[in-house]
Amino acid sequence: MRGSNLFLAALLLHVAMFLPQKSFAAQTNSDTSAVDVKKIIFEHVKDAYEWHITTWGDKHISIPLPVILYSERTGWVAFSSEVFHHGEEYMGFRISHNGDNEGKIVEMGADGKEKRPIIDISVTKTVFAVLLNAIILVVIVLLIARRYKRKGHTLEAPRGFVGAFEMLVVMVVDDIAKPNIGAEYKRYVPYLLTAFFFIFLSNLMGLIPIFPGGSNVTGNIAVTMALAICTFLAINLFGNREYWKEIFWPDVPMWLKVPVPLMPFIEIFGMFVKPFALMIRLFANILAGHTVVLAFVCIIFVTMAVNTAIGSAMTVLSVLFTVFINFLEILVAFIQAFVFTMLSAVFIGLSQPKHHCNDK
Amino acid sequence: MSFLLPDAGLLFWMLIVFGIVFFILAKYGFPVIISMVEERKLYIDKSLKSAREANEKLADINARSEALLKTAHEEQARIMREALSMRDRIVKEAREKAEEERAEMLEETRRIIRMEKEDAMRDIRRQVALVSVEIAQKLLRKELSESTKQYSLIEEFVDETMNKHQDK
Repeated sequence: MRGSNLFLAALLLHVAMFLPQKSFAAQTNSDTSAVDVKKIIFEHVKDAYEWHITTWGDKHISIPLPVILYSERTGWVAFSSEVFHHGEEYMGFRISHNGDNEGKIVEMGADGKEKRPIIDISVTKTVFAVLLNAIILVVIVLLIARRYKRKGHTLEAPRGFVGAFEMLVVMVVDDIAKPNIGAEYKRYVPYLLTAFFFIFLSNLMGLIPIFPGGSNVTGNIAVTMALAICTFLAINLFGNREYWKEIFWPDVPMWLKVPVPLMPFIEIFGMFVKPFALMIRLFANILAGHTVVLAFVCIIFVTMAVNTAIGSAMTVLSVLFTVFINFLEILVAFIQAFVFTMLSAVFIGLSQPKHHCNDK
Repeated sequence: MSFLLPDAGLLFWMLIVFGIVFFILAKYGFPVIISMVEERKLYIDKSLKSAREANEKLADINARSEALLKTAHEEQARIMREALSMRDRIVKEAREKAEEERAEMLEETRRIIRMEKEDAMRDIRRQVALVSVEIAQKLLRKELSESTKQYSLIEEFVDETMNKHQDK
């Protein structure tokens, strides 16, 4: 399903990229109101310095977010992203419109070229969404924890939302942590639960089209990279002696280890490949989901620009498809959270090998 | 494909936020939920166990009461049997005793009757003897008034006596 999602996304992206160009050509390239699907989609899935909610007529409704920069020229500076509203320059900083740094804040270097400030820890749209999701998650979990604390265990099992939450918790503990990690599973349960619920909540929030949701959080590679780094730490910080022995001195013929440490090299490579796979998988799935939904929505505007009759027919089809894809994405939201947690647990379990060589 | 390159600022924020969320949830959130779920599980197990034990106890009590009832029934039957046999025995004894007494009384009565009869017989015999002596006297007095008759009577007696002796 992942592959087909990506394939579909790529296909639609191609369709979307070609269609407007055709319409451009047909309309003698003068009509600037034609829909640029690629731009729409990329603007959505990429990070931004403000949270654009909607455009009402000519008025952009968006939430300005704080920009925090460190540059050799100005030192630490912080200001609201409102200053860039109309493509203006502020303190020598502006948002680049083309090149490698498109959409990012740049300043003019000494050589006259655009360059990024040394440190840019602005609270961007994705950072803001991460914060929002984090707050929602913490509030939900702490409220549920408080309910448990208050009611104690002697009362009947919870129903409704708390019951569903408990079901997921029990699923992560009993179906993911226990079977994959083994005896030491208790140490990793909080991390797995946090990762699972953070990813699941972020995925779901991404499916909500308006403000607190709709941001492409888990479809951003930095976010998934942070999660993958956490899993990497969870795997390697508590790996036991057997794990490190298998990396640096595995049970293979001597010539594979000495003089060229071929197997250790492969094992060390594997250490990084595992979380890298997690990072790419989650990122690609969610990005593809967002892209597909947006592409289907954009079909309406693209075909409307070509012909009203075709546009009307396509609208129905497109809405149906978008609804279908949204349902699929709810499933994907769960599955990807599950898969990330499951594979994290599997990798953690691999870092806790038992002395199986001695058992035989 | 700039979105394939992780942004350092975002990575920084994400690590911090996720770290804080992890810290808070790992300390105050999930352990509470998990421990409560565990405790509830134990509680349910315990409750099931005690319910099973209670059932067993109940079954035990039922069995015991049934056994008690059964022995009571047996006891009742035994007592009834005993009572019946005792009644029969008493009745039999009473009847035997009555029979004995009756027999005794009958015997006594018979004895008395026999004695009375003997007495009466004796009396009668005496009376008869006296009467016959008197009759004999009277007859003798009347008969002996004539000498011939006396002789003939003596002869008759002698004959009789003789015949008697001869018959013997």
